[in-house]
Amino acid sequence: MFSNILIYFVIIPLVMLAGLALCRNVKQIRSVAVVGSLCLIGLSVWLLCDYLSLRAAGIDAPMLYTGSWMWFEPLNIHLAVGVDGISIAMLLLSSIIVFAGSFASWKIEEPKAFFLWLILLSTGVFGFFISIDLFTMFMFYEVALIPMYLLIGVWGSGNKNYSAMKLTLMLMGGSAFLMLGLIGIYYHSAPEGGQLTWNILEIAQNASISEGWQYFLFPMTFVGFGVLGAMFPFHTWSPDGHASAPTAVSMLHAGVLMKLGGYGCFRVAIYLMPFAANELAWIFLTLTGISVVYGAFSACVQTDLKYINAYSSVSHCGMVLFAILMFNTTAMSGAIMQMLSHGLMTALFFALIGMIYGRTHTRDIRQMGGLLKIMPYLGVCYVIAGMASLGLPGLSGFVAEMTIFVGSFKAGMHDLLNGAGALRIAFTVAACCAIVITAVYILRVVGKLLQGPVYDEHHLTLTDATWWERLSTVTLIVCVAAIGCFPNFFIKLIETTFSPEIFKVIGLNL
Amino acid sequence: MDYSQFLVMKQEIGLLVVFLLVFFYDLFMPQGSRKSLPGFTACCMTVLTVLGFFACACCPFFLGSSQEVSAFGGMYETSPVISAIKNILNIGAVIVLIQSVKWANNQNMHMRRGEFYMLLLVTLFGMYLMISARHFLLFVIGLECASLPLAAMVALDKQRYESQEAAVKYILTAVFSSAVFMMGLSFVYGLTGSLYFHKIYMAIAGPNSTLLIVALAFVMAGVGFKLSLVPFHLWTADVYQGAPTSVTSYLSVISKGATAFAFLVIFFQAFGCVYHQVWEWMLYALIILTITLGNLFALRQRDMKRFLAFSSVSQAGYIMLGIIGNNTMGVAALMYYILVYIFSNLAAFGVIGAIENATGKVSMDDYRGLSKTNPRLAFAMMLAMFSLAGIPPFAGFFSKFFIFTSAINAGTTAIYVLVLIALINTIISLYYYLLVVKAMYISPDECPVQHFKSSCSERLALGLTVAGIMFIGLVSPIYNWLLNLTSDAPGLLTWFVQ
Repeated sequence: MFSNILIYFVIIPLVMLAGLALCRNVKQIRSVAVVGSLCLIGLSVWLLCDYLSLRAAGIDAPMLYTGSWMWFEPLNIHLAVGVDGISIAMLLLSSIIVFAGSFASWKIEEPKAFFLWLILLSTGVFGFFISIDLFTMFMFYEVALIPMYLLIGVWGSGNKNYSAMKLTLMLMGGSAFLMLGLIGIYYHSAPEGGQLTWNILEIAQNASISEGWQYFLFPMTFVGFGVLGAMFPFHTWSPDGHASAPTAVSMLHAGVLMKLGGYGCFRVAIYLMPFAANELAWIFLTLTGISVVYGAFSACVQTDLKYINAYSSVSHCGMVLFAILMFNTTAMSGAIMQMLSHGLMTALFFALIGMIYGRTHTRDIRQMGGLLKIMPYLGVCYVIAGMASLGLPGLSGFVAEMTIFVGSFKAGMHDLLNGAGALRIAFTVAACCAIVITAVYILRVVGKLLQGPVYDEHHLTLTDATWWERLSTVTLIVCVAAIGCFPNFFIKLIETTFSPEIFKVIGLNL
Repeated sequence: MDYSQFLVMKQEIGLLVVFLLVFFYDLFMPQGSRKSLPGFTACCMTVLTVLGFFACACCPFFLGSSQEVSAFGGMYETSPVISAIKNILNIGAVIVLIQSVKWANNQNMHMRRGEFYMLLLVTLFGMYLMISARHFLLFVIGLECASLPLAAMVALDKQRYESQEAAVKYILTAVFSSAVFMMGLSFVYGLTGSLYFHKIYMAIAGPNSTLLIVALAFVMAGVGFKLSLVPFHLWTADVYQGAPTSVTSYLSVISKGATAFAFLVIFFQAFGCVYHQVWEWMLYALIILTITLGNLFALRQRDMKRFLAFSSVSQAGYIMLGIIGNNTMGVAALMYYILVYIFSNLAAFGVIGAIENATGKVSMDDYRGLSKTNPRLAFAMMLAMFSLAGIPPFAGFFSKFFIFTSAINAGTTAIYVLVLIALINTIISLYYYLLVVKAMYISPDECPVQHFKSSCSERLALGLTVAGIMFIGLVSPIYNWLLNLTSDAPGLLTWFVQ
């Protein structure tokens, strides 16, 4: 079991938890967090290189590094792990954000309990991305959700009780549907008389879920994960939750947890039930299309920095689900790129907002102005994050959105003559318009917040970023720029996943 | 009569020996050493539990049985599965006994502590009989044996008005429910001419009559009272609140667990062949009502014991899901659920009891800021709440998942709807469990419970329950053992309706 490298993605956080429990002062806690997250980054980078070299050597199994250990034998539940390009991208993203998040919460109160919960949350996240067994996947998924309640409730700000409860209940509500869907999948995972299984790869290979059942199980799982992916109309937890959460939690939540939704929709709902996914795509395309446009419009009228960014996340995450419903290699690669890009970018945003809020004690953009003069470093970073968000070439947002639109347009053109294609084109056009609206709200904030005269003279005494804040932001900016400048590397990584075999399973208009 | 038949009842005899030991200890020991009576009882019960477990594993020399045997002309039956559920109840009883040490030794109680322990053992004996009975006469004896002493236990805090009130309520409802139950039995007897489960099973296989439906409704109502299924739950909150905390915890887990298993036994063994015709839909309605209404009532409770009373009402509904699956997996899931529920609920009651013993406070508002003053108690309480709500990686998640999985095994549309309703209810229940966590960890604390040192016994009991919550789920052999036990039982397979 310990010879499998993937298992260390869970073991390292667990060791960190044990280490944190033994810590006696702030310095030890910080060093455990930093060393642990550095180990995770190192591990995921090594995994990335090794994975690429294996693929280059011509190994084309759908998942690599697979391992499976029996857990509950009578129900055939395994602790099964395995990764492909998408999971590796997500693991890399998660470890970077955990690293940046540790620095962003350098001065948090009650650091021990805070980091314990934060690392428990990331244990769930890492476990989710490496699992290919539906049971363990679901277990890690819920492990990642529940620490949010305490993290927001105890360390949050504003209307935190309400937000924490709303977020937890809505996400757990989603997972209630999900649980029913997963158990349903299990009972149809093998042809009559065969050994039932929870293993995603085996279920996909058996392809024994009948069309009638797919109509029932696909919406269950897609909605279940879609709640976490902030799909309209289940997105309402997101603005409140993000606004009340402490900085590092917003970063991790918007940056990584919301990706769990998109990843799950792809890995479970679409991968295992391609027929219903294709048939019912129009419903969910409509919903996610609304997410994209509605999120962008909502962000325009918000005055709280975190609400602006939260609605922008709804819009961007909607784009992820939107793109994976196109069943087109280009659009799907774009969706994964968007997950990476949005994860890094939005984490950067929330980190900066947290830093600004820590100084000015307000997040209302009407009560701030001219901050670029006072804290040039943070101001410049904010502009960079904004540019990435509205899709400036050279930064990650452009690559992701461009790929998505090209892909979804192609998917629409492919069967333009029937209604489905026309719908796809229509929503693609609408989503493209949302990019313009994104520019509106980003530039509005940059103008009000950073430029113009200084609104409040008390702000004149504020200081610029400290070293740990710089480290946190620089890490994220470097990654955003890396994706923007070397998109080919990432596209290749992701496209290794869409090997012909997976297309056969999805079996659609590719 | 062949007296060697008594040897089949090894676990009952073991319990009887414990009872006599405790009785004589209390009677003949000098006043000074009677203080260690609670510890003595707990030790005896631990020995009994351990012996019972070993028998299940391999060695037939110990208590418990390694195969299915019946005695007294089929009136009494025991098997590895039945031994296992008795052992699970024993574990719960041991924890309750450890928890109760401090309470039993306090100023008001020390004159009556002997009674508490003996009554507790008698009720446990009654529950054993309920589980093993294969004849309704023996079942009724077990039922009464398990109900009437409980009323006396509820009244043990006799200086407190609530305790007396609760005892009166409990005895009235218990007697009434027994009467309803026996009314149903008389109909069954009239229809079939026998009270043996297997004879009833054979006799009612033909076309079903209206009288049978009425009879089964009465029987179900009678057992439903004990299990506090909605709409027979009205006594629960008042009795839980009024009874001494140790008695409440006993009532909420052991009594409930035993009755749930007995429910399974009598309905499948005696009335299994009319499952689809008569009582399946009754059970559906009861489960939906129990889970939903139990949850809705729990939302507004501020008293911790009332709160857990309604939470236990809805938990009973989840336990019933193991029955509706109509398969051996459901039996295993039900037993596993009871095991996990024992640990989770006893952890919660352990904290409530510790705080009540130290400060006398039982309201949820008093728990504000508990995480600052008593972090360990707050942590134990939080784990208990998470486990009851079914949050991984705690045991409650696994038990809920398995009970849903076993129910869905039935595969009908109705079962999917039922499980969906149950799942939506887990969200409601999560809300009120989180309210407790919120009070302890998040709410501002004007006058929190002061820091206090809980007694050794309380810490031991909490340690056991917390360890159980953390590891029962993750350590898979426990569930695998139960599932293998039930699927290997040849007698059990014949219970279920094809």
